[in-house]
Amino acid sequence: MTPHRATLLGIAPTLLIIGVLMVVPMVIMAAYSLMEANSFGGVLPHFSAEAYIKLLFDRDLDDSLAFDPSYMIILWRSLRIAGLATAITLCVGFPVAYFIATRPPEQRTLLIFLITIPFWTNLLIRTYSWVLILRDTGMINTVLQGSGLTDQPLKLLYTEGAILFGLVYTYAPFMVLPLYTSLEKLDFRLVEAARDLYCGPWGALRHVVLPLVMPGLVAGSILVFVPCLGAFVAPDLLGGGKELMISTLIQLQFTSSRNWPFGAALALVLLALVMLTLTVSAARQARAAAEGGH
Amino acid sequence: MKKTLTAALPLSFLTLSLMAAAGPAAAAEELFIYNWSDYTAPEVLAKFEKETGIKVTLDVYDSNETLLAKMKAGNAAYDIVVPSHNFVPIMIKDGLLQPIDAPKLSNYANIDEKWRNPEWDPGNRYTVPWMWGTTSFAVDTAVYKGPTDSASLLFTPPPELRGNIGMFKTPEEVVAVASIALGLPQCDDNPKDLKKVEELLAGQKPAVKIYSSEGIHERLAAGEVAMHMIWNGAAKRARDVRPTITYVYPKEGVLAFMDNLTVPKTAKNVKNALTFIDFMLKPENIAIQSNFARYSNGIKGSQAFLSPDLRDAPEINPPATVKTVFQPVCSDQAVKLRDRVWTRLFQ
Amino acid sequence: MARKTRKITDLPGFRGFTWLFFAYLYAPLVLLVVFSFNATRSGTVWSGFSLTWYAKIAADSQIQRAALNSLTVAICATAIATVVATAAALAMKRGVPFFGRKVTGGLIMTPLVVPEIVTAVATLLLFSAIGLSLGLGNIILAHVAFCIPFAYLPIRARLERMDESIELAARDLYATPWQTLRTVTLPLLAPGIVSGALLALITSIDDFIITMMVAEPGATTLPLYIYGMLRLGVSPEINAISTILLGVSVGVVTLSHLLTRRR
Repeated sequence: MTPHRATLLGIAPTLLIIGVLMVVPMVIMAAYSLMEANSFGGVLPHFSAEAYIKLLFDRDLDDSLAFDPSYMIILWRSLRIAGLATAITLCVGFPVAYFIATRPPEQRTLLIFLITIPFWTNLLIRTYSWVLILRDTGMINTVLQGSGLTDQPLKLLYTEGAILFGLVYTYAPFMVLPLYTSLEKLDFRLVEAARDLYCGPWGALRHVVLPLVMPGLVAGSILVFVPCLGAFVAPDLLGGGKELMISTLIQLQFTSSRNWPFGAALALVLLALVMLTLTVSAARQARAAAEGGH
Repeated sequence: MKKTLTAALPLSFLTLSLMAAAGPAAAAEELFIYNWSDYTAPEVLAKFEKETGIKVTLDVYDSNETLLAKMKAGNAAYDIVVPSHNFVPIMIKDGLLQPIDAPKLSNYANIDEKWRNPEWDPGNRYTVPWMWGTTSFAVDTAVYKGPTDSASLLFTPPPELRGNIGMFKTPEEVVAVASIALGLPQCDDNPKDLKKVEELLAGQKPAVKIYSSEGIHERLAAGEVAMHMIWNGAAKRARDVRPTITYVYPKEGVLAFMDNLTVPKTAKNVKNALTFIDFMLKPENIAIQSNFARYSNGIKGSQAFLSPDLRDAPEINPPATVKTVFQPVCSDQAVKLRDRVWTRLFQ
Repeated sequence: MARKTRKITDLPGFRGFTWLFFAYLYAPLVLLVVFSFNATRSGTVWSGFSLTWYAKIAADSQIQRAALNSLTVAICATAIATVVATAAALAMKRGVPFFGRKVTGGLIMTPLVVPEIVTAVATLLLFSAIGLSLGLGNIILAHVAFCIPFAYLPIRARLERMDESIELAARDLYATPWQTLRTVTLPLLAPGIVSGALLALITSIDDFIITMMVAEPGATTLPLYIYGMLRLGVSPEINAISTILLGVSVGVVTLSHLLTRRR
C-alpha cells in the first residue's frame, strides 16, 4: 500500500461519518427549509419560500404581507443575552485567568484542572443546581428570610437574570482557558518594566497586558458567545418558559407549532450567525497575524 | 490483504455495534407504551406484567403536539400511545394509527354507552377510552380568599395572586381555555377574535410566574405557585397534599378531554398491545389507574373499585350546571392563528 | 508581612476574586451532593445523614434501564469514534499531504462549532428522511459524530508532542510501516488514545439535546430521564442520581487528565 493510499484510508472513515452525519443532514435541512409545511408536521415536496418570508412578514388572511418583527425580536433577545453573558464571563474570567497565570507552574496546572472539571459534568445537573439555589425555597431566599433581611422570597428563578447566571456559570471555563493560554505565554517582565517606568498596576494592565492577550480574549469570547446563542437548557430550566429564545423557538417548530420548514430555516439562520461570528473573527485574527509579521 | 482488513476494521465495528444495539428491540414478549408524563399507574403495569408475562417499557411525553411530532418523525415505534380525542382524527387521517376493531375485544361491553362510538372515532375502530377529565385552574384558598366562580380570576388575577401563577405551555389548551373565558367558539378562525385572546393572554403574562405543562400538581402542592392552570385529576392530587387547593369550575365553562388508548401503525407488538387494551377495559384494572392519576374513566362498574375520597371528589364530579366543551379538531387556519398568538405572546 | 509576598505583577483584589470564582464554580455542586444525603426532602435544611434517596433510585428499574442505555450508547459510540479518530489523527499528522487536507481538518471540528440544537434538528431530519429506526442505534450514530472531535484532539496533541525520530529509527531497522505503527507508534500514542476515549465517553454520557431529538421508544438515556424528573419538580432523587453521575464524570476526567500529563 502506498503512503498516499494509507493516508486516505486513515482519514476516510472520519470523513464518511462526518459527511453522512453532519454535512448531509445540513443539506437535507436546507432543502426542507425550502419546502411547504405539511399541516400536521413533515413537509410537502414542492418548493416554497414561505419559511423565509415568515421570518420577517406576517401573512394576513387576504394573503397580503405585513412586516412582523416577532421573530426578529426573539432573535435579537438571543443575541442580546448571549452578548451580555459573554461580557460578564469576560469580566469574571479575566482576573481569574490573570491570577492563575501569575502562580508558580505546579499550582497553575492544578487550578486550571479545577476550572475544567465542572465543564465535564452534565449540563442538566449544573443548571439544576442553580434551580436549587435560586428558587423561592432555595438557599438564597432561605438565608435572606432567615436573617430577617427580607420577609417575602425574592423573585430570582424564572427571570432573565437567572438565565444569565446559568449561562455564565456554564461557559465561564470557556473564557478562562483561552485567556489563560495567552496570559501564560505573556512575558511578565514587560509588566515589570512598565511598572519600573512608573506605570500604575492598572495602567500596565491596560497598555501592556491587554493588547498582548487580545487573541485569547477574542477566542474566549467566541467560545462563550456561540454556545450561549444556541443555549437550550438554561432558558428552559431557569427562564420558566416566559421569553422565547431562538433554540426554544426551533424546538417548538418540531413539536407544537408543527412547521418543519420554518424550524429548518430558523436553524439555518442560527448556523449562519455562528458562521458569521467565526469567519469575522478568523479574518480579523489573520489580519492581526499578518500585521504582526511585519 | 491484511492491510485492507485492518483498514476495514472500524467500519465493520460500526456495523456490528449497530446491529447489537438494534437487536434487543425485537426480543421476546414486550410492550412499549408512550404516555403522558406522570399518568400511568406503576401498580397497573406491574399487575399486567405479572398476569401476562409481557415486559412493559414506559416512555413519557408532555403534550399531544410532542406525541404527534414523534410519530411524524417516524421515530416512535411504540405499541400503545395515548392521544387526546381531538388528536385522534388527525392521526387517523395521516395514517399514523392502525385499526384495532375494539368491538371485537372481549371486554368491549364494559365501556360505558356514553363513551362508545364517540364522534372522534365512529365505531371505535381505532380507540378505546383511557381517562377523561376537564381542564380549568386551581387556586390555593389559603392565599386567595375571594370568590372562585369565574375564569377572570385566572386571566385578570387579584394582587395577592399576581406573580404567583402557573400556566400551561401548550398553545392548544391555553388558547382554548382563554376562548371559553371570552365566550368565543372553539377553533375560532376569525382574526379579530384571536386578537382578543391575545390581548387577554398578554395582559395576564406579567402576572404569570412560569409557563410549564409538567410538574403542575407538585408545584401547587409545594406552594411554588398559588394558582395554576390544571387538569382536574392533577388538582385532586395537589389537594391530597395541600387541602386548601380548590379546583375551579368557572361559570364560563370548562374544557373537557378524553385520552384514548391507540395502536400506532409502526407498532411492533400489536398482539401484546391488544392484550393490554383488553386488560385495561376491566373495571378493577382501570380503577387502579384512576386511583393513581385521579381521573375518571369510561368503564362501567369501576366505581366500586375507586377509593372513596376519589369517588366523591368535586374534581371528578363537575356540578350539573357547568358547561363542558370538547374541543374539536381545528382547521389549518385556526391552528395558524393560534400559533401566531403564541409567538407574539412570547416574542 | 503578607505584603512582601506580593509580586509586582500581581493586581489588587485578583486573588480574592479568584477564590470567590472557585466558590461560585463549586458551591452549587457541593450543595447538590450534600443534600443528596439529607434525611428529609428539604433542599435547604439539613436534617441528618441518610442514604434513603440512593436506596430509592437503586430500587427504580426505570433508572437502571436508562443508565444501561446510556452506558451502551457511550461505549459503542466511544469505541467507534476513538478508532476512527486515531486513524484520522495518524493520517493527518504522519500521513502524506493530500488534496483537501485543510478542509478535512475543519470538517472534523464541525460538531464542536455547530450549535447543538442545529445538529439535533438536522440529525432528526436525516433519520426521518431515510426512515432509520435502529433503537439505541440511532442515538449511537448521532453520538459518534460529535464524539469524534473530542477523541481526536487529545490524540492529535499527543502525536504533536511525540518524537518522530523513534519511528524513523524503527523504519531504518527495516520494520514495515505496519510493524512500526503497531509496535512503536501505537504504544507511544496509547495515553493520548485513552484520554481521547475517556473524553468521548463523558461527552456521550452527558449529551442531552441531540439525544432528546433522536431518541426512539425504550431508548431513554440517563440525561433524558433526569430531564423528565426535573420537569416534574425538584426532588432529592435527582440529587442522588446527579451525585452519582457527577462522581463518574469527575473520576473519568481526572483519569484522562493524569494520562495526558504522563510523558
